[in-house]
Amino acid sequence: MKFLVCISNVPDTTTKITFTPDNKEFNKAGVQFVINPWDEYALTRAIELKEAQGSGSVTVLNVGEADTEPNIRKALAIGADDAIRVNAAPKDAWFVAQQIAHYAKEGGYDVILMGKESIDYNGFQVHGMVGELLGIPTVAPAMKLDMSGNTATLEREIEGGKEIVEVNTPFVASCQQPMCEPRIPNMRGIMTARTKPLKVVEAVGEGAATSVAEYALPPKKQGVKLIPAENAGELIKLLRNEAKVI
Amino acid sequence: MSVLVVVECDKGEVKKSSLEVASYGAQVAQALGTTATAVAVGEATEANLAQLGEQGITKVLFDNEPRLKDFVNGAYTKLIAAAAQQEQSQVIVLANSNIGASVGSRLAVRLKASLATNVVELPKIEGGQFTVKRGAFSGKAFADMVLSGERKIIAVKKNSIEAQHNAGQTAQVEAFSAQLSDADFADAPKQVVMQDQAGGILLPEADKVVSGGRGMKGPENWHLIEELATALGAATACSKPVSDVDWRPHHEHVGQTGITVSPNLYIACGISGAIQHLAGVNSSKVIVVINKDPEAPFFKAADYGIVGDVFEVLPKLTQAVKELG
Ligand SMILES: Cc1cc2nc3c(=O)[nH]c(=O)nc-3n(C[C@H](O)[C@H](O)[C@H](O)COP(=O)(O)OP(=O)(O)OC[C@H]3O[C@@H](n4cnc5c(N)ncnc54)[C@H](O)[C@@H]3O)c2cc1C
Ligand SMILES: Cc1cc2nc3c(=O)[nH]c(=O)nc-3n(C[C@H](O)[C@H](O)[C@H](O)COP(=O)(O)OP(=O)(O)OC[C@H]3O[C@@H](n4cnc5c(N)ncnc54)[C@H](O)[C@@H]3O)c2cc1C
Repeated sequence: MKFLVCISNVPDTTTKITFTPDNKEFNKAGVQFVINPWDEYALTRAIELKEAQGSGSVTVLNVGEADTEPNIRKALAIGADDAIRVNAAPKDAWFVAQQIAHYAKEGGYDVILMGKESIDYNGFQVHGMVGELLGIPTVAPAMKLDMSGNTATLEREIEGGKEIVEVNTPFVASCQQPMCEPRIPNMRGIMTARTKPLKVVEAVGEGAATSVAEYALPPKKQGVKLIPAENAGELIKLLRNEAKVI
Repeated sequence: MSVLVVVECDKGEVKKSSLEVASYGAQVAQALGTTATAVAVGEATEANLAQLGEQGITKVLFDNEPRLKDFVNGAYTKLIAAAAQQEQSQVIVLANSNIGASVGSRLAVRLKASLATNVVELPKIEGGQFTVKRGAFSGKAFADMVLSGERKIIAVKKNSIEAQHNAGQTAQVEAFSAQLSDADFADAPKQVVMQDQAGGILLPEADKVVSGGRGMKGPENWHLIEELATALGAATACSKPVSDVDWRPHHEHVGQTGITVSPNLYIACGISGAIQHLAGVNSSKVIVVINKDPEAPFFKAADYGIVGDVFEVLPKLTQAVKELG
């Protein structure tokens, strides 16, 4: 079975977010980029399923410029077999989805996995766009994924519970915890990753459907009002009479 | 040309987040000089749908197909696309929920629309162009996003705008059929399993949240969190390490890699306030922190704080809530 895992290159979760002086762009200076944490679930689960099947392949795909290659190599070190980089700045979800759908179709992949959402732009929308472009089902967000032949059984999170869903290949799933324990690269993986194929291809399709006019940071808190622990009950009165939230 | 609003229903009731979505849609309609029509998904009743008039909805389209009770991506997408076509809607508003995102992203492609998720304010409308404010960087920032397409789909984040209640107004409920066939239900769930929620309050829908971290020391102490939550009518939540070691279920984990919540009140008990945790909670209106370490970073993001031992403070808070009556 052929797995395609889409990985997004995002600022490390500890990053303090700042913008360029005109507030029009994210300030990348000094920022460490990582594989989107949710995509690590997709990647590890694809590798586990391939290993369980004893055959097949795991390809990672990223839409990004050359500076994303260290993280693509990291995905290869974790255990993907080969990689595709669509050489373009990811302008928005619609642009990215067109690239994924095009190269997924071209490569004839059976299972397309991605993360629940990117932790930078928080779109939570690439999955559905790719599914719709290819005319195949999407399951989002998936907490569990098992395969038996061409049939996948997934647990899909819904508000307040979960649905057990069965779909046949090809399909798209966007992954989240507790699907698996994400793997980290080992020494052997890092050595072999250097020689695994990484194909660079050109972008296709239409441009973006959205753009950002301006970014802003959330308003600062006024400062904390401390209540002595002995008078803890006083807090409840403040929440009712001052903050008016209870 | 009316604005189409997707309302999610559960056990006959319109979800609170969908009341907000309905109000949002009605206000956009007013700004555009048109009306707002709702289309219902999930288990709905006509009587409750008619009450959407209070949120400013004029008409509700209701497909009485019983299989629409559970979320089915294919069928919901087709139903909403058919409603949008009948109403010639250029603007579709839905909740930024798992259902909203699943359906909204497919609709964006099918209807060739610009999609904005995670939206926190009403749009600025100039000519045919909408600019919407949306959360970005997992709660660490906002982006003003321009939707340039002729059609727009907006997914509204919970608790971002207030649901309006114009008492006495009713919406007209109309039978609607999207002519759904078996093929549209191909991805119907085999089974739906609902969680046992403390006091029946779902975390993503909750107004108040009581959350515990590693400072709670172990699952055997969670009754302290639950007792305060029950007294307040709050949902319970936890930090990531707590769910990683299975003290609490994964669906309670909030933060950058868990769920993002934006309640009116968030009470953090024995949580240090790591940047990844704050990302998931910092759009809460009021944050209370209880931590024995006065240097805990969470105090910098808090409105109220108690420097003290959770095991002593929590029972006092529960008692004080009960005394409020
Ligand atoms: C208005 C706007 C402006 C942006 N500007 C820039 C910019 O200037 N520079 C920049 O680098 N990025 C930029 N981005 C981010 C980039 O376009 C995102 O990769 C894209 O929007 C998808 O993010 P999302 O949050 O919508 O995806 P989601 O739907 O949240 O992502 C879900 C999953 O899709 C997959 N995925 C997402 N992005 C990619 C990708 N690029 N390659 C492969 N798989 C992917 C991942 O598996 C991810 O977990 C911008 C995004 C937006 C919305
Ligand atoms: C990629 C990545 C993603 C992450 N995503 C998330 C996420 O989504 N959500 C999340 O929560 N974390 C996330 N984390 C983890 C995060 O960095 C922190 O490790 C975590 O939030 C700490 O949890 P905690 O506050 O419960 O525990 P700790 O940091 O151990 O804090 C425990 C606190 O309890 C206090 N305490 C101890 N005993 C008492 C007592 N008796 N009374 C009162 N206070 C007491 C201590 O002073 C301390 O401040 C992520 C980390 C990474 C690397």
